[in-house]
Amino acid sequence: MTAVLEVSGLKTHFFTRGGVVKAVDGVDFSVARGEIMGLVGESGSGKSITGFSILGLIDPPGRIVEGAIRFNGEDIAQASQQRLAGLRGNRISMIFQDPMMTLNPVLRIDTQMIEAILAHEKVDRRTAWERSRDALGLVGIPSPEERLRAYPHQLSGGMRQRVAIATAFLNKPDLVIADEPTTALDVTIQAQIIYEAQKLTKHTGTAMVWITHDLAVVAGLADRISVMYAGRIVEQGDTDDVIDHPLHPYTVGLLGSVPSANKRGARLYQIEGMTPNMLALPDGCAFGPRCGMRTAACAAQPDVEDVAERRLRCFNPQGLAEARP
Amino acid sequence: MTDMTSTSTPADMTAKVETPFQSFRSEFFESKIATVALGLLGVIILLAVLAPWITPQNPYDLGQVDVMDGRLAPGSEAFAGYTMWLGSDGAGRDLYSAILYGLRISLTVGVASGVIALLIGMTIGLVAAYAGGRIEAIIMRIVDLQLSFPASLVALMLVAALGKGVDKIILALVVAQWAYYARTVRATALVERNKEYVEAAQCLGLSRARIVFRHILPNCMAPLIVVGTVQTASAISLEATLSFLGVGLPQTEPSLGVLIANGFEYMLSGRYWISIFPGLALLLTVVSINLVGDQLRDVLNPRMKK
Repeated sequence: MTAVLEVSGLKTHFFTRGGVVKAVDGVDFSVARGEIMGLVGESGSGKSITGFSILGLIDPPGRIVEGAIRFNGEDIAQASQQRLAGLRGNRISMIFQDPMMTLNPVLRIDTQMIEAILAHEKVDRRTAWERSRDALGLVGIPSPEERLRAYPHQLSGGMRQRVAIATAFLNKPDLVIADEPTTALDVTIQAQIIYEAQKLTKHTGTAMVWITHDLAVVAGLADRISVMYAGRIVEQGDTDDVIDHPLHPYTVGLLGSVPSANKRGARLYQIEGMTPNMLALPDGCAFGPRCGMRTAACAAQPDVEDVAERRLRCFNPQGLAEARP
Repeated sequence: MTDMTSTSTPADMTAKVETPFQSFRSEFFESKIATVALGLLGVIILLAVLAPWITPQNPYDLGQVDVMDGRLAPGSEAFAGYTMWLGSDGAGRDLYSAILYGLRISLTVGVASGVIALLIGMTIGLVAAYAGGRIEAIIMRIVDLQLSFPASLVALMLVAALGKGVDKIILALVVAQWAYYARTVRATALVERNKEYVEAAQCLGLSRARIVFRHILPNCMAPLIVVGTVQTASAISLEATLSFLGVGLPQTEPSLGVLIANGFEYMLSGRYWISIFPGLALLLTVVSINLVGDQLRDVLNPRMKK
């Protein structure tokens, strides 16, 4: 499989009055055709900023200071706005968290979908309309002709997210970045949306980066998982491996905090401490102060190492013996 | 909007939902006062438009105005044979005719200056909001400067410099009022610009101009419509003020302000009608526009929704 997207050494920093916020600080990953990569992390771990960096939507005071974003072989990390505008919505599209907010409330669905096509292709409105209708049908929207004439407020949250997904896939992009697209929806709708997204990626061969804080969502969806903490990927590997045998203490903690039915009545596990202040990160491992496995070695910054078919940033991986194939 | 749950089945989704315009209309007519005001405004506009066909006299045509008819009380008969139901002014103009012709001028001036100021202010405000930085700072300081002068003072100075005439009054009112629109549009556009749908539009690769005019602008329309109605009413009274002070429209083309000024000197001698009737017409026009504007504000402002 060839990589559609290859991010290497990406650093996106925000130069604020209070100091430099290293929101993304050396992130590497790649996504192949038809593959879904789950980017998991807490609020403020830099996962959304990674997504926006790929699209070139970082506004001052932030900017990409280092690294390469190779999209189909072309480095777009420092590409011009014209080049990026040509890619956005065409070769790379994005699905946002809140479907209530991402559709323009005063424009009809057909207007918004047709202009997404016409922005990149010279086709007549009739063709664009037909493609919009087919796209809505593809994401499981009943009577799409009627939905096309609706305003966003006339649709439910799940419907709107389907419209957003249909719009993202309109121009058959090579890459879709989904930024917590199911967080604002209730669980049954969540499952449907995940199903539609999965079906579309397999169907069209589109690569997808699925950003989320919810491990349960990516567990059933992603082919590979990257766990982010304080701007860095701390663990990366096949979904099943990571879920079954987490190596990084942070991943262990994340999985431990998922409520489960067979532990009823027991106190829910939580990771000690708070997410670090991005303006004053500790010198060594960023997770060090919250880590139960901390040793003297953790005063230094751990580098990425390939351990048991995984990429890991930790001096004291957990349960390594069981994880080894 | 929030009562729409995501669990709705396809069956109840196909039920016809009322369009935004329909819901807007039914909400607008919930208020009796606003309904009456809108009706009154409709009548006023109709009377003004039809003036040449429903008035017995053209007050601008000196051949039809007889000085012998001067200062007749309401209900008197004119020399030409028709009854002057509202009396006549010092020059012998039938007040009923003069008021309707005056309304034409007032409404033209109000609407024309309102629309032109809206277009200019809207564009400037959008540019400021979207450009940001130094351009925005310069534009908004000019707006602040403009707003620190009373509108009547600005208009007065301009009309004094430009001279009399409808076109000059409109120009003066535009200069006096564009800043209100610019400030409103900029404030709304700044809020809208940071909403997610703008980011989503950027992600679709739409051009800047398209995002500003097609996506941001329609979302700024609600406050613009409200400011537009209120400013139109104030433009009408400002024109009357200027004409009353004698710098607005010439005596040969009496607007409501000119008529009020004409009758002013006769007030104490008991000939109340020359000032009072044009004054009432002005009052009803401005009040009805303002009431309609108030209701528009209530209906269009999402924060005041029940």
